[in-house]
Amino acid sequence: MDDLLREFLTETAEHLDTVDVELVRFEQDPNNQAILSNIFRLVHTIKGTCGFLGLPRLEALAHAAETLMGKFRDGMPVTTPAVSLILATLDRIKEILGELERAGSEPEGTDEDLIHALETMASAEIPEPVNAPAETTGTLTYQVLERPLKPGEVPLDELERAFRETPGPDVSAPAAQAAGASVHQELERPLKPDEISLDELERAFREAPGPEPVAKAKEKPAQKDAGTSQAGAPAASEGGEGGEGALAKVQTIRVNVDTLEHLMTMVSELVLTRNQLLEISRRVDDHGYKVPLQRLSHITAELQEGVMKTRMQPIGNAWQKLPRVVRDLSAELSKKIELVMQGADTELDRQVLEVIKDPLTHMVRNSADHGIEAPHDRKAVGKSERGTIRLNAYHEGGTITIEIADDGRGLNFAAIRRKAVERGIATETEVERMSEAQVAKFIFHPGFSTAQAVTSVSGRGVGMDVVKTNIELIGGTVDIRSEQGRGTTFTIKIPLTLAIVAALIVSSHEQRFAIPQVAVLELVRVAPGSEHVIERINGTPVLRLRERLLPIVPLSKVLGSADDEMADKGFVVVTQVGRQRFGILVDGVFHTEEIVVKPMSSKLRHIQLYSGNTILGDGAVVLIVDPNGLARMVGSGAEDGQFQADAIQETESIAVADTTTMLVFRGGGESLKAVPLSLVTRLEEIDASTIEWVSGRPLVQYRGRLMPLVACDEQLAIKSEGSQALVVFSDESFAMGLAVEEIVDIVEDRLDIELVADRSDLVGSAVIRGRATEVVNVAHYLPLVAEAWMRSSSPSGEKGQSLLLVEGSSFFRDMLTPVLKTAGFHVHTAGTAEEALQLLAQGLSIDVMVTDVNLPGRSGFDLVEALRASPLAKLPVIALTMSHDPNQIDRAHKLQIAELVAKFDRRGLLAALSEMNGTLEVAA
Amino acid sequence: MSPNLANTNNNADARSFSAHEDYVTVLVAGQMLGLPISRVHDVFVASDMTTVPLAPPEIVGLLNLRGRVVTAVSLRRRLGLPDAESNGRRMAVGLEHKGESYGLLVDEVGEVLKLNPDDLQPNPVHLNRRWAGLSGGVHQLQNRLLIIIDVEAVLAFETQLAA
Repeated sequence: MDDLLREFLTETAEHLDTVDVELVRFEQDPNNQAILSNIFRLVHTIKGTCGFLGLPRLEALAHAAETLMGKFRDGMPVTTPAVSLILATLDRIKEILGELERAGSEPEGTDEDLIHALETMASAEIPEPVNAPAETTGTLTYQVLERPLKPGEVPLDELERAFRETPGPDVSAPAAQAAGASVHQELERPLKPDEISLDELERAFREAPGPEPVAKAKEKPAQKDAGTSQAGAPAASEGGEGGEGALAKVQTIRVNVDTLEHLMTMVSELVLTRNQLLEISRRVDDHGYKVPLQRLSHITAELQEGVMKTRMQPIGNAWQKLPRVVRDLSAELSKKIELVMQGADTELDRQVLEVIKDPLTHMVRNSADHGIEAPHDRKAVGKSERGTIRLNAYHEGGTITIEIADDGRGLNFAAIRRKAVERGIATETEVERMSEAQVAKFIFHPGFSTAQAVTSVSGRGVGMDVVKTNIELIGGTVDIRSEQGRGTTFTIKIPLTLAIVAALIVSSHEQRFAIPQVAVLELVRVAPGSEHVIERINGTPVLRLRERLLPIVPLSKVLGSADDEMADKGFVVVTQVGRQRFGILVDGVFHTEEIVVKPMSSKLRHIQLYSGNTILGDGAVVLIVDPNGLARMVGSGAEDGQFQADAIQETESIAVADTTTMLVFRGGGESLKAVPLSLVTRLEEIDASTIEWVSGRPLVQYRGRLMPLVACDEQLAIKSEGSQALVVFSDESFAMGLAVEEIVDIVEDRLDIELVADRSDLVGSAVIRGRATEVVNVAHYLPLVAEAWMRSSSPSGEKGQSLLLVEGSSFFRDMLTPVLKTAGFHVHTAGTAEEALQLLAQGLSIDVMVTDVNLPGRSGFDLVEALRASPLAKLPVIALTMSHDPNQIDRAHKLQIAELVAKFDRRGLLAALSEMNGTLEVAA
Repeated sequence: MSPNLANTNNNADARSFSAHEDYVTVLVAGQMLGLPISRVHDVFVASDMTTVPLAPPEIVGLLNLRGRVVTAVSLRRRLGLPDAESNGRRMAVGLEHKGESYGLLVDEVGEVLKLNPDDLQPNPVHLNRRWAGLSGGVHQLQNRLLIIIDVEAVLAFETQLAA
């Protein structure tokens, strides 16, 4: 098959899909000229190309359809039979195209039936003579049809008709090619009356729908459209006429999918190689090699993102056939159904798209067939006759959510229960006990159908199980919500892409597993006697996490080693499935890695626990644990609330910007005190009798070291018996325990320091959770234990480098200063970019600058930019940021900012500084 | 793999081709078995296997063969035999089934034999059901018997639904 033909096939298939959709829209909105002209243009393009490639059958069909549509344009009423006829024609065209694709040439056969029907409809139904010739044609055609063989008048109108329907953009296009078999006859006789009808011919030509120069001019945008039509069609159908102009501007090229796939594979391999390099660099501490590696890492990430983008397609592509499906169904079932589609431009990976295409169609068919009631039934229960099927797609984190909702009768739970018992899937007593949500899930069982009668549409019981399998195959989930008489909603959640995901590598019983990062909310280290301890309720492990009980599932137990029932040490991976939050207990946590997901072998696909496998950087095959599957395995009765759904408010509140997580505790007095949690290393409860007093100072042995203690205020006496609560602040080499009366809570709140106290132990006071709370200044306590502090201070401190901290918030300035001081820097501070520049202009000599990106007034980036233009162009800079968006990273990179550290990541800041120290020394 | 060769286990078909058929011989628990060479992709040493908890017993694990994830199936377990005692070097025969890669773990891999399909005899009627299901017939060699393995059948074991 030559390239031209192949190109034609792809393009035409796309056009036809668009026409399908547009026609259905047009039928509902016959007065919309924009839709009509769009359809018209597309069909015309198809026809033109067919003529060009010498495909007479296709051309004749397209032409006949175009003619009928031309009549619509001239004011013929748009009737359902007419639209059906055109749709039938399109189907035939698709058939021929299919054959063409297979065999490389048009199949034998005739389309006279359709062409005839089209012509009849086109010529018969013009209600009102818009212009003279139209009238003539009308009457004459009737004559022709009544007594076609009479000589004299007959050839004339037939001729006229033949010409009127002549397709080609140029006059010279042979009519023979145009009208196919049925026209051939007529063309044998046209010569006799030739001269007589010449002007009629002229007129006929002028009125022929296709070939005007206008149409030619229009072809260009049409072709551009072709390229974008995949993306364009759904958008256009939403945006109406407005959408079109914008579409034409989008520049696209056609790229073979294989090429993209290949590119994708290469990028996947590149990601793997990069991971291997990173793995090696973790072990080797070679600075000169770290920097280019980081750059490589960035570029790879960007490349990956870029390639992923090429694979993204709007979900509207999978929906394209649905309006037609629904239309045909409503005709077949004599129901009135409206299909509403929202979010058609939501993009997802084409691989995913392919997989969900059929399930989606099936579900829509199901909704139309089972869900929506017949019009009189709807009326009887007081609903509008017209049922609605609503499709909605939107992004949500790393997943895309698709909802298919109908306002029909809802699931018949009684019938499902009965059927489940009949089919022996569950016993009667089991069924009785089940919640509606559980019962609803039965419809996903193979061969399960409650439809009273098996229709040609659905109800054969093949389908919903396949739907579920397909969706789960790609790591998605399906949920059903149904209300008797109100309708049913299916919610499908699927990952955006299948190819590459970030995963947390964990271990259980010496074996490594990957858990997709999107599912991981947080990690908690648990050990007996530490801050977080696994507790048991009747043997069932739970963890107290911020005042909530988190169900704990030891991974090893799910994996089949029953002796791990009593496991209580390791890490808890907190994850959330639907509204359920639970923790997976693993033995160890390694790192996160971008993994290329490979599908599970079909022999292992039945194991719900895994969503796939992957090859790690070190070449090992690792199984990917699917938290959804895990939840299903352990919590079959999840809906009953045994596996308690957790309030999501917590996560929501974390998402709110500008809030700070504060640790609230009580000191000697009644008042509450608070300190930002980010500064706190650990919370401890120690046995007070272990506190030792060395020359009047309290110390405690802590993790093999002596840790000085200090009371958080004067009123508080450090206990000598019972247990003593401690807030531990530490850095790599030094720890300090702040003795407090009791730890009250960890709260997430906006931090507005309202009044700066004149006490050095306080930064000020703030309202936290509606109560006045004193915000503690950690810096105050440091001198109290300074002696010990200085003695064990890190070696980097000996250099005594000076550092300028530029930070808008005095609170954080005060918090960070002691941290930096203990790291051995002479710290100078500035509150604004101007202040910093002024200090530097005054001759302040510094070795490194740490600046917040978001400063009041001029931003941190502006500051660095100004700096780069000054003699201090080479000054190492570390930037603090609240958000890590690519723009910032990019900008930071351009400004040669050594590192972009999250604002609360104290450890990260220190690491960045010490790393930089290395370079400073080298430079010196 | 060409379709007609893939069908050699089907006696009727094989007879119509009186050409020779090549078999890769393997040893499992002292029994010599033959795999049609057309089905065998390669022979490799199975190392660094990742076990799959909850997997059917026949599946020993997953391994990385030149960047592809291969499912390792124990032929011993498929035949209802106990696992081999000493696990030094584990040999595997690489197979392809429905677009997926499998490694069939065997005790030893032997030579390639050229045999006439006409000499293939049906399984003895009293052969163990499990064996009979996996065998496409028996070849009588000079001093021992060669059981022809039906690759399709070996890889068509049931994966019971955990749901």
